[in-house]
Amino acid sequence: MYSDKVMEHFQNPRNVGEIPDANGVGTVGNAKCGDIMKMFIKVEDNIITDVKFKTFGCGAAIATSSMATELAVGKTVEEALELTNKAVAEALDGLPPAKMHCSNLAADALKKAINNYLGIETDDSDEVHHHHHEHDEF
Amino acid sequence: MKRVYMDNGATTPTAPEVLEVMKPYFTDVFGNASSFHSFGREARNAITEARDSVAKLIGADDSREIVFTSGGTEADNYAIKGVAEALEKKGKHIITSSIEHHAVLHTCQYLEKKKGFEVTYLPVDEDGMVNPADVKDAIKEDTILITIMMANNEVGTIQPIVKIGEIAKEAGVTFHTDAVQAVGSIPVDVNQLNVDLLSLSGHKFNAPKGIGALYIRKGTKVAKYLHGGAQERNRRATTENVPGIVGLGKACEIALNAMDEKSAKLIALRDRLISGIEEQVDYVKLNGHRTERLPGNVNFSIRYIEGESILMKLDLEGIAASSGSACTSGSLDPSHVLLAMGLTHEVAHGSLRLTLGNYNTEEDVDRILDVLPKVVTDLRAMSPIYNG
Ligand SMILES: Cc1ncc(COP(=O)(O)O)c(C=O)c1O
Repeated sequence: MYSDKVMEHFQNPRNVGEIPDANGVGTVGNAKCGDIMKMFIKVEDNIITDVKFKTFGCGAAIATSSMATELAVGKTVEEALELTNKAVAEALDGLPPAKMHCSNLAADALKKAINNYLGIETDDSDEVHHHHHEHDEF
Repeated sequence: MKRVYMDNGATTPTAPEVLEVMKPYFTDVFGNASSFHSFGREARNAITEARDSVAKLIGADDSREIVFTSGGTEADNYAIKGVAEALEKKGKHIITSSIEHHAVLHTCQYLEKKKGFEVTYLPVDEDGMVNPADVKDAIKEDTILITIMMANNEVGTIQPIVKIGEIAKEAGVTFHTDAVQAVGSIPVDVNQLNVDLLSLSGHKFNAPKGIGALYIRKGTKVAKYLHGGAQERNRRATTENVPGIVGLGKACEIALNAMDEKSAKLIALRDRLISGIEEQVDYVKLNGHRTERLPGNVNFSIRYIEGESILMKLDLEGIAASSGSACTSGSLDPSHVLLAMGLTHEVAHGSLRLTLGNYNTEEDVDRILDVLPKVVTDLRAMSPIYNG
């Protein structure tokens, strides 16, 4: 069900870890939904020189995190802010439809890290928003 | 790479001995069991023999109490909708549990939403066990059916069906049990259990997919399920799946003869797997009852990591397992069973089910114990909620 690119990134995720002296950190998702992504960025002269991630989640969550870090490195802050979840998924040759919604949040995590660097307050309700699904637990 | 199949709770391979006895019924002995001629008679005789084997395995007094179905799902639907329709004049209250298979849960929800029934979904304790006292307390004047599974497919907990059966009998309420995971794996006796209806499915114990049965105790009121021809004593129309029925019969015969041996073997493998995982991986929790448990079931919550990524890593190593994570349940929520047992969403997302079957070996267990700790370490190294 996953593309070869997703599998490749899942098996060899790039840029896993933390940046101790990061100047921007962003987290999205929550454990309830089954996905948490945390992005660390290092910005020098307006260029993103290093990105690292830590992710709790399914294969798609790990692969999109990895891909997003690859896409972001070397970009200016403005360029990186343009990166969308959709673009990350496309760079992985797509994701299964069910995963587009729930595990495709890496660009959001990156955006949060950049906003954190820029000193912009982000709305943390995001932490709990992203699936207002019906809880038909019985 | 030698693959390891540890998802026998999902399905099992058809046993070679079973396949062998089925083969002639595709080609040489192909008659329609309803036909008058010798071809039909041969098919009919084969069905009769298979029905006897099924009846014998579950201790039914009379093989006419066995109706063949397309599997566990149909048996559950037939039992629940059939009793609901037959007794709706008497009452519209059904008691079930919150950990049933979707074949039962969704059927109950359908009756609730579309047919005006009231359904009580009983809670379970932290081991996934229904309390018989809760069943007793839930019975009302208009209760027409109690349906509680015999053994849970995800966590393996074996329910106190004998006690629930006594309560149902005393109250005069029809009692159905989904024994799909139990039949062929642990001893099942419909009289000892006091059940009126019991569902079983062939592919969980080395018969082919697409064949199962519903036991209907003589005198139990159940509306007809499939309308059409007069097959199955007018209870389920459609030309019989003779090869499947023959296969199910053979699998029942094997299960009856090998029950003790098989379960002793599986329990030994299971317990070694459980203690091995508990010794080698930290922050794990066994889900389900430790002893009142299906011989082949192992289910752990592995903290700080998510189930689908565990399955993917295992799959890359040729190991087939399953999980109750949302990503593998096809919905956004993790397993309703684990949630009903009181696990948080986060912990439920990180569950791993390994289900052993007839063909698993000590080497398979060794392989899991070799690979799983590494998989967990890798994923935890990536996890933002794990602090080493
Ligand atoms: C407890 C339980 N009930 C019902 C079913 C459905 O059985 P079948 O696949 O034969 O329809 C299963 C199997 O998935 C099961 O484990």
